[in-house]
Amino acid sequence: MTINLAIFYVLAAFTVWAAAVVVLGKNIVRAAVALIFAFCGMAALYVLLDAEFLAAVQVLIYVGGITILLLFAIMLTSRISSPTARVINDQVLLSAVAAVGLLVALIYAAIRGIPEFPGPPRLPETAPFIGRALLTTYVLPFEAVSILLLAGMVGAIILARKE
Amino acid sequence: MITVGKLCEDFYALTAAWGIPWIVPTLVVMTVVVGVVVAYIAVAAMFLIWWERKISAHIQVRFGPMRVGGWHGWAQSIADGIKLLLKEDIIPARADKVIFALAPMVVFGASLATYVTIPWAPGLIVKDLNIGLLYMVAISSLTVVGIIMAGWSSNNKYATLGAIRSAAQAVSYEVPLVLSLLGPVMLAGTMSMGRLVEAQGGTWFGILPRWFVFPQVVAFLVYFTCALAECNRLPFDIPEAESELVAGFHIEYSGMRFAIFFLAEYANMVVVAAIATTLFLGGWRGPWLAIPGLSAEVSRGLFSLVWFQVKVYFLIFLMMWLRWTLNRLRVDQLMDFAWKVLLPIAFANLIVTGLVMTLWK
Amino acid sequence: MIPLSHYLILGAILFSLGVFGALTRRNAIAILMSIELMLNAVGLNFIAFARYLPQTMLQGQVFVIFIITIAAAEAAVGLAIVLGLYRNFKTVNVDEINLMKW
Repeated sequence: MTINLAIFYVLAAFTVWAAAVVVLGKNIVRAAVALIFAFCGMAALYVLLDAEFLAAVQVLIYVGGITILLLFAIMLTSRISSPTARVINDQVLLSAVAAVGLLVALIYAAIRGIPEFPGPPRLPETAPFIGRALLTTYVLPFEAVSILLLAGMVGAIILARKE
Repeated sequence: MITVGKLCEDFYALTAAWGIPWIVPTLVVMTVVVGVVVAYIAVAAMFLIWWERKISAHIQVRFGPMRVGGWHGWAQSIADGIKLLLKEDIIPARADKVIFALAPMVVFGASLATYVTIPWAPGLIVKDLNIGLLYMVAISSLTVVGIIMAGWSSNNKYATLGAIRSAAQAVSYEVPLVLSLLGPVMLAGTMSMGRLVEAQGGTWFGILPRWFVFPQVVAFLVYFTCALAECNRLPFDIPEAESELVAGFHIEYSGMRFAIFFLAEYANMVVVAAIATTLFLGGWRGPWLAIPGLSAEVSRGLFSLVWFQVKVYFLIFLMMWLRWTLNRLRVDQLMDFAWKVLLPIAFANLIVTGLVMTLWK
Repeated sequence: MIPLSHYLILGAILFSLGVFGALTRRNAIAILMSIELMLNAVGLNFIAFARYLPQTMLQGQVFVIFIITIAAAEAAVGLAIVLGLYRNFKTVNVDEINLMKW
């Protein structure tokens, strides 16, 4: 049990617990705060996988942007709901079966399907590499995504503004 | 400073010779470093609170604290801290207790975590991450989340309003802030804070130091303005406006919890000034003399430490001066200013920097 | 060295948690949160592959940048739609938005 493996288990348990609170939590604000913890746990896992630039981007965009959006939306759409209001709808059994089936299939594929490669040597810095890749090989998806963001911004503003 | 690294190595070698597993000295060193950083924050925050009161007093032609501790009331902050510790801890009846308790910790934790990559002296960084600047910006965006949590869980309309306005302001001013920081990053070619300072060595024409503030004046001004907004300082004071929102998102906090918010605000000011110093004012660079009796590196390290603090506190003095001189912007003026003025200027600075770098290669 | 299957299994657990949440929660915002969880799990898979499989230019990490960007855009538009729903129906429970049900 190396220290890396121990850290991985701790982070994985933390992230899975936070995700469970997101999915099953009754209070929606607590679910949003648990989502923040899940994102931070994922960022830590990215650092463990030598993707430090993506870990910082994950914290910046997911925690610093998307969760703030979610909290705003929760604040603007909350009603005084009774504490006994149901959180889960009627499809619990079917979706539990579907989710567990998917999980079993994915675990089977993970254990049997992927041959164990040794892994490439670790890059000292991933940020310049990613930047170069984005602007040379992947410049078309890069520009397409920026247009998508523009369309998303315009659409969100139009949908959400007061008439 | 080369001596600190050597101390750590000697410590590790010593404990290895005694047969202790390597995890123990690592944890000890980490604890000591965290203790030093927290002690620095505490002392700096107390000093800054006293200093702010003195500066505001002299700008307003009065004296400020004069009695506590004798000379110009220097112990006023200590007295304030003791008072806040002894106050009753009130939690509103219908507040969400878990999130109410968690919010100050998130805000203070985020401010504390940004101290990891501040270069105090050559070689004296807790950890020189190679994405240091991006890490600091990312972690400072966590304070906004803490502010929303604080405002929402207080179950108080003024607090919620203050939290929403603060979040909108912080998120809007983050964009020109990051863009203005990209100018020096392009000039230096790295995001690592230690290497950013090293890229500012040498002089032009023998007298003008090669700090990035000279080619990037516009970026410096944009960054400073956005930094004022990120710290919720006047003129971007709406989230904490005492006369408008009755202290905004931290209305319901009393005693130690309020002290944590207060500490976090001043710690944030130091971080923001430290980023400005590192990127624009040359970090720890400054003239130094060899102190007789110490080696050249150690005396250079000591002088660099002092120069860094001088620059940081000069910028903080500017921030305090602006606070007590300018008046507050309205919320819509504030958002207009961010999106319609600062953002185009930051973009223009980025484009011009890129063009000049490409043409002058 | 942590085996690759560990990361893939963790991604699978998070993905199925997200699927369960998206299928069973009644609050529209909670459904969006479960979708974000699913996207994150996929990102973890990609980065694990970028680390463990021979690649020439870190395609996994570049793809995760696109995933993060698209997740942000989708969250913004999705929440704008939820706000529009709330304005018209005064509720965000997807069970009660059934005007077009026959």
